[in-house]
Amino acid sequence: MTVLAEVLRRDRVFDFVLPEPDFAGGLDTRHGPILYVEDVTVAFDGFRALDRLSLYVDDGELRCIIGPNGAGKTTMMDVLTGRTRPDSGSVWFGSRIDLRRASETAIARGGIGRKFQTPTVFEHHSVMENLELAMAADKRVWPTLFAHMDSADRDRLAEVLALIGLASLERQPAGALSHGQKQWLEIGMLLMQNPRVLLVDEPVAGMTHQEMEQTGELLQRLAGRHSVIVVEHDMAFVRSIARQVTVLHQGSVLAEGTMDEVQNDPRVVEVYLGE
Amino acid sequence: MTADAKSLPRLGYRGGLLTGDIAGRVLIALLLAAAVAVPAANLLAPEGSLLHLSSYTVTLLGKYLCYALLALSVDLIWGYCGILSLGHGAFFALGGYAMGMYLMRQIGTRGVYGDPVLPDFMVFLNWDRLPWYWYGFDQFPVALVAIVLVPAVVAFVFGWLAFRSRVTGVYLSIMSQALTYALMLAFFRNEMGFGGNNGLTDFKDILGFDIQADTTRAALFAASALALAGGYAICRFIVSSKLGRVVTAVRDAEARVRTVGYRVDHYKVWLFTVSAMLAGVAGALYVPQVGIINPGEFSPLNSIEIVVWVAVGGRGTLIGAVVGALAVNYGKTVFTGVWPEGWLFALGALFVVVTVFLPRGIVGLLRRRRGEEAA
Ligand SMILES: Nc1ncnc2c1ncn2[C@@H]1O[C@H](COP(=O)(O)OP(=O)(O)OP(=O)(O)O)[C@@H](O)[C@H]1O
Ligand SMILES: [Mg+2]
Repeated sequence: MTVLAEVLRRDRVFDFVLPEPDFAGGLDTRHGPILYVEDVTVAFDGFRALDRLSLYVDDGELRCIIGPNGAGKTTMMDVLTGRTRPDSGSVWFGSRIDLRRASETAIARGGIGRKFQTPTVFEHHSVMENLELAMAADKRVWPTLFAHMDSADRDRLAEVLALIGLASLERQPAGALSHGQKQWLEIGMLLMQNPRVLLVDEPVAGMTHQEMEQTGELLQRLAGRHSVIVVEHDMAFVRSIARQVTVLHQGSVLAEGTMDEVQNDPRVVEVYLGE
Repeated sequence: MTADAKSLPRLGYRGGLLTGDIAGRVLIALLLAAAVAVPAANLLAPEGSLLHLSSYTVTLLGKYLCYALLALSVDLIWGYCGILSLGHGAFFALGGYAMGMYLMRQIGTRGVYGDPVLPDFMVFLNWDRLPWYWYGFDQFPVALVAIVLVPAVVAFVFGWLAFRSRVTGVYLSIMSQALTYALMLAFFRNEMGFGGNNGLTDFKDILGFDIQADTTRAALFAASALALAGGYAICRFIVSSKLGRVVTAVRDAEARVRTVGYRVDHYKVWLFTVSAMLAGVAGALYVPQVGIINPGEFSPLNSIEIVVWVAVGGRGTLIGAVVGALAVNYGKTVFTGVWPEGWLFALGALFVVVTVFLPRGIVGLLRRRRGEEAA
C-alpha cells in the first residue's frame, strides 16, 4: 500500500520516465554562464515558492545567495538538482544541457554537486572511506566489487583531504568528527565527484567562529576551479567571502551586486527590517 | 599535516585476503586441520582409544558446519547490509531439495517398488512419467548447478520485487517469512512432485559411494569444512571490497548512498542472491549427512533460529555467525537431550538475553575485553 502511494505521488518525477540527457555531449560555457535559470516558476498548491526567477551564474564564480526565510533559496537548489521540476521557465547547464529533462542522478553525475543543510556522512566509515565512496567511478555492482584505487585516484583523494583540512584524520570514523569537520567532509565528498558546480546550503550553521573562518577560506579556494553557489543567513560570513550577492525575496530576485551595493539597496533594507 | 599519496593505504582488495583478519585466519586454519583430523580420528584411531571419534559425532559436527555456513549467509546480508531476512531457511531447503533429487535418482531399482527411473513416492502416486523438472538430476553436475542456481533465481526474483519497490525493515522481514511459509505449504502438496510431507529420503549412495559408510561420512564432513572455509573467504572478500563498504553504507544511511550515485536496489539484489547461493550450498551438504529433506526445513521457525545464531555470535563480523551457529547448536544438542520440549523457550530466552545484555554478541564481548586490556 505504502509502496503504491509512493509511486502515485505526483510531486515526484521518476528517473525512468525521462529520456537520457546529453551530458556526454559536453558542457558549453563559451558564452560565460555555467547556469542559466530563466523565468522559473514553482508552485506548491498554488503558492509560488519561485516566481519567474531569473539568475545567471558564471563559470568559476563564487556566488552568495541571501534572502529571508521562505524566499525560495532551497527550492531553487531543488530545481537545479532535478529534485523539483519547474512548472514553467527553463534551466540550462551551460548553453547546451537542459536540466529540466535530466534525472537527479544524471545531474549529480553530470557535474552539479549539492551539499544539504544537515550534513550526512557515513558515520561508521573512516574519513577516507567516505571520500572513496563518493569518488567519481563506475558505480555498478560488479566493477565496484573489483574496484581498487590507482595512483591518480589516490592523488585526488590526498588532494581533497588536504583541501578540506582533514588529512590528519583520514582514518577516523566520520562519526567521531566535530560538526564543522563533518560539513567539510561532506564538501570533500562532493569534490570527489569532480563537479563543475557546487551548491552549498547554509554551510556555517552551528559552526564555531574559527570553523566559520576556515569554511570561508575553503569555499574561496574552490571558486575558480568550480562554480560555487552558497546560500547563507549569516551576514558576517557572507560579507567575508562574497564577491557577487543575489538577494531572493518571495521567489524572485530582489537585488544583485556586491555586498555593499545590496546592503544599501532600500528595497533590501525594507525586506530585512520588515521581517 | 598533509597526506601524500604514497602514505595512504590502498582501499579495495589488496591481494592478502586475510590481512589483519586474525580470527578469519584462525578459523580457516582450524577448518583445514579439522578436514583432515576429524576423518582421521574416526577412520584411523582404534575404537575405544581417546582419540577416536564416533561416526555419529562426525556427522553431528558436519551438520554444525552446514549451519555455520548458513549463518554466514545471513550475516552477510543482515550484519553488513541491514537486510533482516527471516526466510533464509528457504534457500537452505531449496539447495537441500536439489541435492535430495540427485540422491533419489541414485536409488534406481533399489527402491521398494524397484522402478528404475521413478522414485518410490511417484510410483505410489501412480505417476507413470518423471515430471520435467526431475530430468537431468541423475547427473551430479546438473544437481550441482541446481544447488546454487535454484536458490539464486528465487532470491533474485524476490529481491528484485522487494528492493526495487524499496521494501525495507520489518516489511521485508515479514515478506521473507511469507516466502518460506508459502514454499513450505507448496512442498507439502503431493502434486508438487517433491514427496509431499515425507520429503525425500532412503538415500542409498552418492557419487557411487555408500551414503552410510564411515568413509563417505568422513568425506562429507571434510567437504563441509572446506565449504565453510571457502564461504568465509568469499564473504570476507565481499565485505572488504569497495562493494562491502557500499553495502554497509546502505545499512547505515540508505538515502545518502543513493545521492552519491549508487543504485541501492542493484546492490541489495546482488548481495541477497549471493547469500542465497551460499545457503543453498549449506543445504546441499546437510541433506546427505542427515539422510532426509522434507518441507519442515521451510518452517518459518527455522529461519528465525538462524537469525538467533547470528545475533548470539555477533552480527556484522562473519566470525560471529560461525561461532554463534556452533555454540547455539551445540547447546541445542545438549539441551534437547535433557528437556526436548523446552528448547523453544530456551531459544527465546537466549535471544532476549543477548539483545539486552550482549548487543554485539559473543564476538563483541570478546573484542571489548581485548580492547580494554590493550587500552
Ligand atoms: N514541498 C513543498 N510543499 C509545499 N510548500 C513548500 C515545499 N517546499 C517548500 N515550500 C514552501 O516554499 C517556500 C520556499 O521554501 P524554501 O525552502 O525554498 O525557502 P528558503 O529560502 O530555503 O528558506 P530558509 O531560509 O528558511 O531555508 C516556503 O514558504 C516553503 O514553505
Ligand atoms: Mg532553505
